[in-house]
Amino acid sequence: MTPLSQYLALGAVVFVIGLFGVLTRRNAIGILISIEIMLGAVNLNLVAFSRFVETSTLNGQVFSVFVMTVAAGEAAVGLALILALYKSIKAVFADKFNILRW
Amino acid sequence: MNWSELLSAPLAFKMLAAAAVVFAIGAVALKNVFHCALSLAAMFFALSGVFVLLDADFLAVVQILVYVGAIVVLMIFAIVLTERITSASVRQTNYLVIPGVLLCIALLAGLVSVIRASSWPSLESGPQQDTIKIIGRQLLSTHVEAFEVASVLLLAALVGAVFLGKEITRK
Repeated sequence: MTPLSQYLALGAVVFVIGLFGVLTRRNAIGILISIEIMLGAVNLNLVAFSRFVETSTLNGQVFSVFVMTVAAGEAAVGLALILALYKSIKAVFADKFNILRW
Repeated sequence: MNWSELLSAPLAFKMLAAAAVVFAIGAVALKNVFHCALSLAAMFFALSGVFVLLDADFLAVVQILVYVGAIVVLMIFAIVLTERITSASVRQTNYLVIPGVLLCIALLAGLVSVIRASSWPSLESGPQQDTIKIIGRQLLSTHVEAFEVASVLLLAALVGAVFLGKEITRK
């Protein structure tokens, strides 16, 4: 059986890749994709801890279900926001979204 | 954790971990956003394989259903509704690539050093069974308030998405 530290290392690597995407992408949909990667890494950590630390109650897996719920809602609202912005300023790039500035 | 342990990890975990990392890099680094969304779907398939290795069968299935079946499809819809043909040649990254790489490498080094320095509990029990039963009981007993709040949150997200996606008529 693989030790817990390797699952945590995999979660750390995937989380850092998602963070890099959030920091460097211009496309707002690309930023949302990177956020989903980060949430996936968090889910992996929660499931690994629920397997190794507290196996009887499965609290980590229940938390992971809630994380997926919030991720689904976030993706729906975020993509609706991007579509609404695209209708008004005809771009999906985050550095073009400055219409709140005066 | 040391590197000889990494070499002795089961082959299935190594392959799934390598696939997850490769597809995650593809999802953040490919130029075409459509390819990024497909790479994201492949990464979630690999991660749900890791969930199966962790005896979380219910979550593996839910992950494929929710992420690959709903979120990635939603993203592909948004991409084909917003992209223009020429946008594959538009620059996709901002000016933060080199500071971003440095920051991410620093964060990864910190996380890995903490993970290696700590002593983690090892697995003592056998394979986990009845995960669906336990998760259902927990959702409706211990975490019932969070369950109800999550349903209200989903309703609010539904109404908000419909409102934002509606055609706004200006007077």
